[in-house]
This record gives sequence, structure tokens and C-alpha cells, in this order.
Amino acid sequence: MSLPGTPIQQEVAISAIKVVVLFGILMSVFSGMTYVERRLLAFMQFRLGPNRTGPFGLLQPVADGIKLFFKEEVTPEGANRWLFVAAPALSVVTAFLAVAVVPYGGTVTIGGRPILLQISDLDVGILFLFAVSSLGVYGIVMAGWAANNKYTLIGGLRSSAQMFSYELALGLSFVTLIMVAGSFRIRDIVDSQAGLFWHWNAVRQLPAFLVFLVASTAEVNRTPFDLPEAETELVAGFHTEYSSMRFALLQMAEYINMITASAVAANLFLGGWHFGLPGVPDSPLWFVGKTLAFLFFFIWLRGTVPRFRYDQLMHFGWKVLVPLATLWIFLAAALIVWRHA
Amino acid sequence: MSLALFHAIIFYVFGGFALGGAIVVVGQRNPTYSAFALIVTLVSLAGVFGLLGSPFIAVLQIVVYAGAIMVLFLFVLMLLAVKREERPERESPVFKLVALALGALLAGEVGAVLVRAERPAVGGFSASATQVAQLLFSPQYLYVFEATSILILAALVGAVALAKKDL
Repeated sequence: MSLPGTPIQQEVAISAIKVVVLFGILMSVFSGMTYVERRLLAFMQFRLGPNRTGPFGLLQPVADGIKLFFKEEVTPEGANRWLFVAAPALSVVTAFLAVAVVPYGGTVTIGGRPILLQISDLDVGILFLFAVSSLGVYGIVMAGWAANNKYTLIGGLRSSAQMFSYELALGLSFVTLIMVAGSFRIRDIVDSQAGLFWHWNAVRQLPAFLVFLVASTAEVNRTPFDLPEAETELVAGFHTEYSSMRFALLQMAEYINMITASAVAANLFLGGWHFGLPGVPDSPLWFVGKTLAFLFFFIWLRGTVPRFRYDQLMHFGWKVLVPLATLWIFLAAALIVWRHA
Repeated sequence: MSLALFHAIIFYVFGGFALGGAIVVVGQRNPTYSAFALIVTLVSLAGVFGLLGSPFIAVLQIVVYAGAIMVLFLFVLMLLAVKREERPERESPVFKLVALALGALLAGEVGAVLVRAERPAVGGFSASATQVAQLLFSPQYLYVFEATSILILAALVGAVALAKKDL
């Protein structure tokens, strides 16, 4: 059996299907996460969490969606109307864009045609992730500025300062992975970790992994780095003035970013779709499992640690993480040269 | 739909956004709008680079210009709470005349170049990260490249020295 159409038509159709399927999966993981996060946090704090809507409260995301959909859309007076509407859209677009270069498995063959389990196997995949996450800051900055409110403005400023401070550490933590794999392509980095689990970068490059964990938590604005929306001092930070679906879009962008960060962590540090024990075949299932583990880790972290103070945050980012990552680059470079010699 | 047509459509979309953004940057008086419009222009240019077969340059364009530099611009604009620029009370007609003449001259030059151009500006061009690195570290560019990094280091030290009163 072979697929119908010319090669170009097939290519376009396959890409379109991949995009639609991934979009659907991300949306359902997002709505699932809102429920799972509330439930897990509640259990960690000896509460029950949402358990009234449907069996075990499983229909809570549906109820939330309906509620948000029918709420009044408020635009504050004095707000910059255009940018106020554009900001949530920009956040969501950049959040979804990043997923395009994340691989989730090897290749499958359908109708004699190999299909890569990734939307775009970009030569500069890691840099693309980086570029998109640096554009993601603008959604938050725009939201904070356009609402014309001092709390949102401070939230937006804090958030952008935090994101570009920790982006540096994040980038430095990738450098050694790129050196070992000899490629910017995410697929090559995953394949460089094939074999037993001590080939995983989380084991071989533990310092880079620790820097990455902290920096990516800060990048996705999760506790203990959720200063942009520190409710005790800033109401709700940059999204204070948002309501209804625009608020939902901002939340969605945050969750999608968190899912992407988990997927990237699973790929770059935990060997992606390689199981890590002998005799077990590669499968996208392992990748999904590792991603879910990271998502759980983010929730667990939120239930465990208190928030940083702002000066502590900056101090930690610039004076601890960046030097640590740089030191590790020099060490790893020396090790690589020594091994090749 | 052929591949060439597909490329042409993408090119005109990115080119249109780049030009539109550039016009907004100079054409209106709210500095924050200008900054956002400049980001649109820079990202569209990155799209054009990608279309020319160089995803590496495209991504660098976004990381460095649209990402890092423009965030700093916006940061300053927001911290200073810059207001809409006001027109001066009386504008001298001499300024307008000179601006008009220079603008016409520039338009004429661009037009002349466009009319006489016989081939596309860049074609059959591809630059992967490895190719760019090989070029940069070849004997031809190595010293220039290293000199640039020393220049950047000097600028960095200078910025710290200026910002910190007592080290």
C-alpha cells in the first residue's frame, strides 16, 4: 500500500496532520494539567481539591472552560486596546511555536514512507527553542504595559528581567550537550544518549542538568520563581487586569510552556525515547513518561518550596548559576579534549 | 501548487510585514509602538533569511536582535514611562523641503538599483551552523573574529565599571 498524491502533497498533508494532532494533545494535556495540579497540590497540603464536578472532580476543567467562556471580557479604561488584546495571542503563539522542533520518537513507516516523529527536524533546533522563548517574554511585557496599571507594569518588568537573566544560565547549560553531541539538532542530542541510562546527560552532565532544572523553572515562571505573579505584593502580576478568555489564553500559554520545558528536559537530559536498559526497544511512550515525570516535578516543587525574594533571585541567577554553568563548560571541554587525545 | 509559488508567497508575506513594521517604526509617535513594530520587522527579516536557506542566521537574528536587544530597549522605555512624542510648536518649512528632497533622492536611488538589477540579490545560498563556524574559524576570518570578541569583552568590562561606583 502506498500513499496517494505527489511527494510534495504528501509532505504537506503529513506535516498538517502532525500539527493538528500535536495541537490536540497539547490542549488536552493542558486542561488535564489544570485539574491534576490542583488535586496534587491539595493532597500535598492535606486537602481534597476539586472533587465535586463529575467522578473525582474530573469534569472540573470542562466547568472551568465554560465559566471562563461566558464571563465578561473587561478592558480597563486607559488601557492600550490593541496591545492589550495582542498580548495573550502573542503568548499563546510563541508557546505553541516552540513545540515544532521537539522530537517525540524515531521514525515510523506508513505505506512505505518513513515519517519522522517530529514536526520539523531543524538543523538548529536548540537555538530555535531559545529564539522562541526569548520572543515569549514580549507577551508578558506587552500584557504588563498595555493594561496601564502599576501592578501589571511591575509584574511585566520583573518577569522580563527574570526571564532574560535565567535565559543566560539556560543557554550555558545547553553548551556542553551541544559539545558532546557535536550538533545543534535536538534529535542528534537525544541519539547521543542512546544505550544504558548512565549515558543520559542527566547522569553524565549532572552539573548542567541541575543548572538547567533551576533555570527552566525560572523560565516558565513556576514556584519558587513565580515573582511576576506574586499575589501577596502584586495582586496577580502581569495578568491582573485580564478576565474571561484572554485570561484563559495567558494561563494556557504558561501551561504549554511548562509542557514544552518538560518535553525538552526529557529529550535533552533523560534520553528521550530511549529506555536506558538493555533489551527494551525505543518507543515514544518512554518519552511521554519522562515528560509527565517532569510535569509532576514542577507541581511537587510548587507544593514544597516558598517563593524567592527578588534580590535573592537576581543574586542566585547571576552570581551562582552563571558561574557554575561556565565552570562546567570549561571542565567538560577539557574532558572532551583529554578523551580525544 | 508548486514549490516556487509557495516560496514566493512566503517571501511576500515576510517582506510585507518587514516593510510594514519599518514604516510604523518611523511613521508614528509613540516610542513603545515603534519598539514593538521594530520587533515585527526583525522577526520578518529572520523569516526571509530562513527562506534563503540559512536557518542559523535566521535564528541568530531573533535571539540577538529581536530577543536580547529589543528587550533592553523596551525595558528602558517602560522604566522611563516615555510618553507620546509631541510635535514641535512650529515646524520650519525648510526642514520639510530638505526632508522631501532627500527622500526623493533616496527613492530615486533605490528605484535605479531595482530597475537595473538583473538577478536576485542572493541565490543558491545555504549556511548551516557548521558552515558558518568553519568560515569564522578559517584563517581568513579568525583574527577578525577574535578581535571582535575582545572588543565585546572590553565593552562588557566598561559597562560594569560605569554602572558600579565602588568595585
